Amino acid sequence: MKLTLRIWRQKGRDGKGRMVTYTLDDVSPDMSFLEMLDVLNERLILSGEEPVAFDHDCREGICGMCGMVINGVAHGPERATTTCQLHMRHFSDGDTIDIEPWRSAAFPVIKDLVVDRSAFDSIIQAGGFITAPTGAAPEAHATPVPKPDADAAFEAATCIGCGACVAACPNGSGMLFTAAKITHLGLLPQGQPERYSRVVDMIDAHDEAGFGGCTNIGECTAVCPKGIPLETISHLNRDYLSATAGGKHPE
Amino acid sequence: MTEPYTEGVPIADTKAPEGPIEKRWETRRFTAKLVNPANKRKLTVIVVGTGLAGGSAAATLAELGYNVKSYCYQDSPRRAHSIAAQGGINAAKNYRGDGDSVHRLFYDTVKGGDFRSRESNVRRLAEISVEIIDQCVAQGVPFAREYGGLLDTRSFGGAQVSRTFYARGQTGQQLLLGAYQALERQIAAGKVEMNARHEMLDLIVVDGRARGIVVRDMVTGEISTEFADAVVLASGGYGNVFFLSTNAKGCNVTATWRAHRRGALFANPCYTQIHPTCIPVSGDHQSKLTLMSESLRNDGRVWVPVAAGDSRAPGDIPEAERDYYLERIYPAFGNLVPRDIASRAAKNVCDEGRGAGPGGLGVYLDFADAIARLGRDAVEAKYGNLFEMYERITGENPYEVPMRIYPAVHYTMGGLWVDYDLRSTIPGLFVIGEANFSDHGANRLGASALMQGLADGYFVLPATVGDYLADGPFPAVSATDPEAVEARDGVESRITRLLAVDGDRTPDSFHRELGRIMWEYCGMERTDEGLRKAIALIRDLRAEFWTRIKVPGTDEELNQQLEKAGRIADFFELAELMCVDALHRTESCGGHFRAESQTADGEALRDDEHFAYAAAWEFTGTGEPPVLHREDLTFEYVHPTQRSYK
Ligand SMILES: Cc1cc2nc3c(=O)[nH]c(=O)nc-3n(C[C@H](O)[C@H](O)[C@H](O)COP(=O)(O)OP(=O)(O)OC[C@H]3O[C@@H](n4cnc5c(N)ncnc54)[C@H](O)[C@@H]3O)c2cc1C
Ligand code: FES
Repeated sequence: MKLTLRIWRQKGRDGKGRMVTYTLDDVSPDMSFLEMLDVLNERLILSGEEPVAFDHDCREGICGMCGMVINGVAHGPERATTTCQLHMRHFSDGDTIDIEPWRSAAFPVIKDLVVDRSAFDSIIQAGGFITAPTGAAPEAHATPVPKPDADAAFEAATCIGCGACVAACPNGSGMLFTAAKITHLGLLPQGQPERYSRVVDMIDAHDEAGFGGCTNIGECTAVCPKGIPLETISHLNRDYLSATAGGKHPE
Repeated sequence: MTEPYTEGVPIADTKAPEGPIEKRWETRRFTAKLVNPANKRKLTVIVVGTGLAGGSAAATLAELGYNVKSYCYQDSPRRAHSIAAQGGINAAKNYRGDGDSVHRLFYDTVKGGDFRSRESNVRRLAEISVEIIDQCVAQGVPFAREYGGLLDTRSFGGAQVSRTFYARGQTGQQLLLGAYQALERQIAAGKVEMNARHEMLDLIVVDGRARGIVVRDMVTGEISTEFADAVVLASGGYGNVFFLSTNAKGCNVTATWRAHRRGALFANPCYTQIHPTCIPVSGDHQSKLTLMSESLRNDGRVWVPVAAGDSRAPGDIPEAERDYYLERIYPAFGNLVPRDIASRAAKNVCDEGRGAGPGGLGVYLDFADAIARLGRDAVEAKYGNLFEMYERITGENPYEVPMRIYPAVHYTMGGLWVDYDLRSTIPGLFVIGEANFSDHGANRLGASALMQGLADGYFVLPATVGDYLADGPFPAVSATDPEAVEARDGVESRITRLLAVDGDRTPDSFHRELGRIMWEYCGMERTDEGLRKAIALIRDLRAEFWTRIKVPGTDEELNQQLEKAGRIADFFELAELMCVDALHRTESCGGHFRAESQTADGEALRDDEHFAYAAAWEFTGTGEPPVLHREDLTFEYVHPTQRSYK
């Protein structure tokens, strides 16, 4: 099929970006979206132009490295699908497709479609872990975990840290990401000792990194490739309230 | 062609302790010298890679008190390729009471590796497996649980016991996030300096010891030299030499290959695991292959049409005209034969012209019987997410049309040679995870790579690195040392050269062509003639690469084509060594099938008399014949037998 692509091109962090139009006329419906961009890049290289920079690695929807805003939607039109798992059969011959990077104050553009998401790592550094030094662990069966808790913790833990939630949020909030980790660790017995300091520290780090506040709009969960539910944010709010109002947090 | 290699002296000592095998790891830990806590604070260790092996090692070394510098090419350590592992992780917990034990896991791994691994190492791996599960649970890894709240296990890859721990189809993700979180905790504590989007491009060896690396900041293009008291490579496997594989797109051999060029021996490079259940290639645009979990073979039946060239839709082919070839050839194991056997059988039927789908490179994996027997809901409960993934990629509904699968390169058992301490032949250079050659022999069992990566990173390396560092302090090194200057200049001039060619072929076009050569001649079936031809083709293509490559842009910016071109240049050199290794090993074993070495009924024929050794290769120059050093393998506890699955 034949496609018109309008792609955000930006030389570097401080460069001024703009949309550039390209056409491709040999796109197969079996291609993935990134394979379609590979084809474009091969052509650009041979014609002496700069290929489009974009992040990707696993191309299986699990590493969280890929991500673009496609026709205004983070990761494109298919629900619960990362950009790398989106296939061209969902587009039609003659379509015009707009392709832009994640846009958020906390994720500055590095080049073209590549953004800096290290702010996510800084939220995890603030408390997104269980302090469990190597070698000091008790026997795994010493603490049974009720299956419903284990399953719910797993659901929250499936977050791939791609940043689509932030890109979709009108406030540029990273609350769904933060809540997914707080819910995952907070549901497990191993996560209890640090439960309340964790939520306070992670939210502080979230705000410091330049993410906006959450006003429960729900765009985040709509684009989340792993379908992390909005309830995780309620879980976070409950823990935060207990921690701050109930004096469970030392501060 | 004369033999493309020469013989060197055998490897005499692997540093495995003597004595009863169940005491060896304990003995080694006891004899290992210790570094006192005040001195640890003065020592720095570089860890390249943040997958299960590198992430767990960096976190643990920092906990012990060392200063760690960590590197990965992705934008965050959480995205290392380990994240993609699906099926699970083995551990000899024997929670089911089904007869599992450390000894059985040891036995299965040595046998599964087709008697080409080192007994002492494998025994240690099996021992440590139980501690890994404890460690991961303590970190909050949400493994699958039963209704009673205890951990669930499943049997995997044809194992007769249920010893595989899992987290839905995302075990690698959950284990890696555990290691990543431990790593982030140490970054916050100031014990780990994290350098994401940094690529190691060379190793710095001073006075015979590994003392640093040359890295490129992938965002700014800046080249720098980084120093430490020891260097750990945890940079993963090299399956992407085939271009198409189940590995992440960025997986590469550069870190280990550069160390090889600096003197580290490379062992068993030809041992490649080809996974039987992957989604077939759909066209020339294909950029990678996707694995469909092996568990599908528990209920799916594999078949092709009886007649060659039968192009009817699968539903129109009557039962009598279908060949359930695995059930026919291997009545005892049927669809559950090991990976290498299932893969080669698929290749054989496709070579006969009986393959399914575009290009005839696919076989059916049919769930119609399972759906009739168990009901659609039960099949959906077990495999729903896999069916969904299949449909997303192929556009076909596997509840109605049989899946099509084909083998793909999945894992590389070869890697840098290491001794019992996971030390390479360069003092101070340690290699862990898929990057080393250590524990899987000629074939890896399902769910054992995750186990090995974490055993190396959490438990083995932290104990053995100390023994090395206790010999210090080593003399100070700096960016002005001649060795550092030479390494840095080498990296810079190679980048300049890549950019200067300004030819007419893209990096990917070379990579694809190299991959096709490797798949054809060094893939599922290898022959003397084919391998010699491949070596000649690779040399020609490498020469062409250096005259026709086109790398756009500059070296002072994010330049993904430059990154690719550098990795491909190293793949070319590795590819040649893989073919030399495959050529010299005239037996069939594990993932290495030599057409000349098979039984009367077409099964792999091992040759223990001549090949019970690990082949460790020494680099002598690009295109120059490498030198073979043999490490003889002795089997005191598990006696070699021929595998049979009939
Ligand atoms: C699809 C798939 C499914 C799998 N499923 C299973 C399973 O169910 N069970 C199992 O046991 N095994 C499985 N495996 C195998 C297993 O996942 C890998 O062998 C294992 O995760 C490798 O871990 P690692 O830490 O050695 O390397 P990796 O996870 O590959 O990490 C390599 C690291 O090195 C870094 N790196 C590489 N080169 C450089 C460089 N030059 N400079 C700087 N950094 C560099 C990368 O950034 C990365 O951080 C699977 C593999 C695949 C492909
Ligand atoms: S490339 Fe890994 S999730 Fe898309």
